[in-house]
Amino acid sequence: MIVEAGHFALVLALCVAFVQGVLPIVGAARGNAAWMAVAPQAAIAQWLLVAVAFLALMHAYVTSDFSVLNVVLNSHTDKPLLYKISGVWGNHEGSMLLWVLILSLFGAAVALFGGNLPAAFRARVLSVHAWLAIGFYLFILLTSNPFERMLPPAENGQDLNPLLQDPGLAFHPPMLYLGYVGFSMAFSFAVAALIEGRVDASWARWVRPWTLLAWCCLTAGIALGSWWAYYELGWGGWWYWDPVENASFMPWLAGTALLHSATMVEKRDTLKGWTVFLAIVAFSLSLLGTFLVRSGVLTSVHAFATDPARGVFILLLLVFVIGGSLALFAWRGPTLRNTGLFQPISREGAMLLNNLAMMTGAAAVLLGTLYPLFLDAVGGAKVSVGPPFFNATFVPLMIPMIAAMAVGPLLAWKRGDLAAAMKRLWVAAAAAAMVALFIWQMQGDGAIFGALGIGLATWLLVGVLVEWGERIRLFRAPAGEAIGRLVRTPRASLGMTFAHAGLAIAIAGIAASTAWKVESIQTMKPGDTVDVAGYAYTFQGARRADGPNYTAVRGTFTVRKDDRPFATLEPEKRIYAVRSQPTTEAAIRTTFLGDLYAVIGDPEGTEGAFVTRIYFNPLVAWIWAGAMLMAAGGLLSLSDRRYRVGLAAGRRRDAPADASPTRA
Amino acid sequence: MKLRLLLILWTWLAAAPALAVDPREVLADPALEARARALSQELRCLVCQNQSIDDSDADLARDLRKLVRERIAAGDDDRRVIDYVVSRYGDFVLLRPRLTPATYLLWFGPLAIVLLGLLALAVFYRRNRADDPAVPAPLSPDERRRLESLLKDGPR
Repeated sequence: MIVEAGHFALVLALCVAFVQGVLPIVGAARGNAAWMAVAPQAAIAQWLLVAVAFLALMHAYVTSDFSVLNVVLNSHTDKPLLYKISGVWGNHEGSMLLWVLILSLFGAAVALFGGNLPAAFRARVLSVHAWLAIGFYLFILLTSNPFERMLPPAENGQDLNPLLQDPGLAFHPPMLYLGYVGFSMAFSFAVAALIEGRVDASWARWVRPWTLLAWCCLTAGIALGSWWAYYELGWGGWWYWDPVENASFMPWLAGTALLHSATMVEKRDTLKGWTVFLAIVAFSLSLLGTFLVRSGVLTSVHAFATDPARGVFILLLLVFVIGGSLALFAWRGPTLRNTGLFQPISREGAMLLNNLAMMTGAAAVLLGTLYPLFLDAVGGAKVSVGPPFFNATFVPLMIPMIAAMAVGPLLAWKRGDLAAAMKRLWVAAAAAAMVALFIWQMQGDGAIFGALGIGLATWLLVGVLVEWGERIRLFRAPAGEAIGRLVRTPRASLGMTFAHAGLAIAIAGIAASTAWKVESIQTMKPGDTVDVAGYAYTFQGARRADGPNYTAVRGTFTVRKDDRPFATLEPEKRIYAVRSQPTTEAAIRTTFLGDLYAVIGDPEGTEGAFVTRIYFNPLVAWIWAGAMLMAAGGLLSLSDRRYRVGLAAGRRRDAPADASPTRA
Repeated sequence: MKLRLLLILWTWLAAAPALAVDPREVLADPALEARARALSQELRCLVCQNQSIDDSDADLARDLRKLVRERIAAGDDDRRVIDYVVSRYGDFVLLRPRLTPATYLLWFGPLAIVLLGLLALAVFYRRNRADDPAVPAPLSPDERRRLESLLKDGPR
């Protein structure tokens, strides 16, 4: 009964979305205030209805209602409660329901907090948003109904894929979807602005926080997914250039570009057409990401839905959304006028370079991800495009951008002084050269790329600190004044400092863990000791350690450093009973300079010996620490006073132009 | 039907997390073994989903790893090992596609996009400058001194 109520609520949400997609936009065109006023109520109603549907499915999972096919396929009575809940979105149908839940949530947010937007503009935004929702409701109801019953009911379920039964992966999809779907806001605003033919600072002041929020969630979601791969897949890698990873990475790149260009629209009234274009591209890549993961066109570790009928539907949706919005852009885009002019050497110029690098990077990733498919479709040879290609193309694109990234914030708006900026960066250059040389001398054996990577990270980090020091006039003004400036620093610029520093830290982690990873594979009897990167691992044997829905073997290693006890590592190898599928649970001890990482494999012979693999992954935790710092920077920026001031300014949108605040 | 598809998918997934390179496969000479590992990362496990043979636990991946090590032990250089594997399994086995007319677009595409982007930037700045006749001249040293003294003394 509850399940049917959920299904019915979703159908109702579709009907409401139709109303919201038609009435307000027609009302806006005709100046009919009553029709426009439908939009906010409809958006909130949609959200409530989808929430009912979502909770109904969650109820079926939590109570293990095995008359629902989706629950049978993805749950089991023995599964811990957390994974019963995360099981709702750990499968294709449920994850699409989560998608529309978040989509409707964003729509409701515009309805609730968008009172300061001009009524006609808000009506248009919400109508565009409703059409996106209609596409997805139809997709769910016609091809992927999570509420499908199964008669007679099953006795028990078939359990969730054990790889997904993990805290990291329980929260990975919601974060990622908040990011993907968050770009739908930028998209709806962009399309509505194209319809109106007007983009101004208050438009950017609305788009930027939503983009920032989406970007933060996407950053955290990608980091969470990569961290999961690192500890769960059991060979210490953290990024595989897998199509599904690329699917989330491309919107991130486009979103990063969008953040920077939206800043320029807001502050300098320039690059409007480009920013609108980026908003369309960022969301299009999010849609494409969904398509890549959900249609199964690309076989990959993560693609857990394989069904061509769905593929065709999503393909049509893609053509309609991307093709339609780009056509609208081609038609209306040229009417957007820019007033802010600037020189190539300026802060705008630096941000434009960022945009170029990000979008070229995204294009390279897109090309590599789709090329096998494309070649196959045109009847060419079957090829594989793997990590060697992406490393060879993507990394060289990013190096000049990162080098320029330290300089950009030191340049003035409109017209910068490159020589003066470089003069202020001598500390960064000296530090980078010293660190790189020192590491190269220490490590010797040809790991020159690692040393260069760390050097680049140092350049960026010190560059960011120099800019921050300049901003608060550290060492140049009396301490009291510096502290005063520190306190008064706008949070948006502090957020930028955090995010850029986070990237520097992540780069150091990427470079070190790639260049100096130590691996040792061997068979160990109890009592055997191996030495890995200065740590002595003694295998103490293995024993059974079963969990609620799996059997496991747990090995014990005692680790000594400099002949003193350092740590105990207990990796497991689990077999999940229902699906008789093995998983490895690596044992990891994180230290400042690197991770100790131990994995236990199959038993060998009769003396209690096991195949073991032990790794030392230098600085690897810095990657995720850096990513978290980036997301934190985004959130800090989001809390900036300007957005509250900006909201007030939006209310005066129709007032004379000089009413808009010029600080910031 | 749906169930069977899912079952097939699970068995694929089952191969993913287990251990790849086995101690018994490892070559005695560390230099040769390092070459074998590097080559393994360039070769695709054909029955897996986007994994190199170095990462995969599948039987086919193991066979390929052994094959690579046999060829290396027999004295082949890297190029000949790769050629040998490709002659048996086709280009699909290479994770780094070869530069052929069919992959020109792939390999030169990113470079072409960078060049196009730079060209677009150049055009943009040209137009930008054409629109902006009033680019002010930089400050003279005299003016700069005045500005600095004003900034120093002026009210905060």
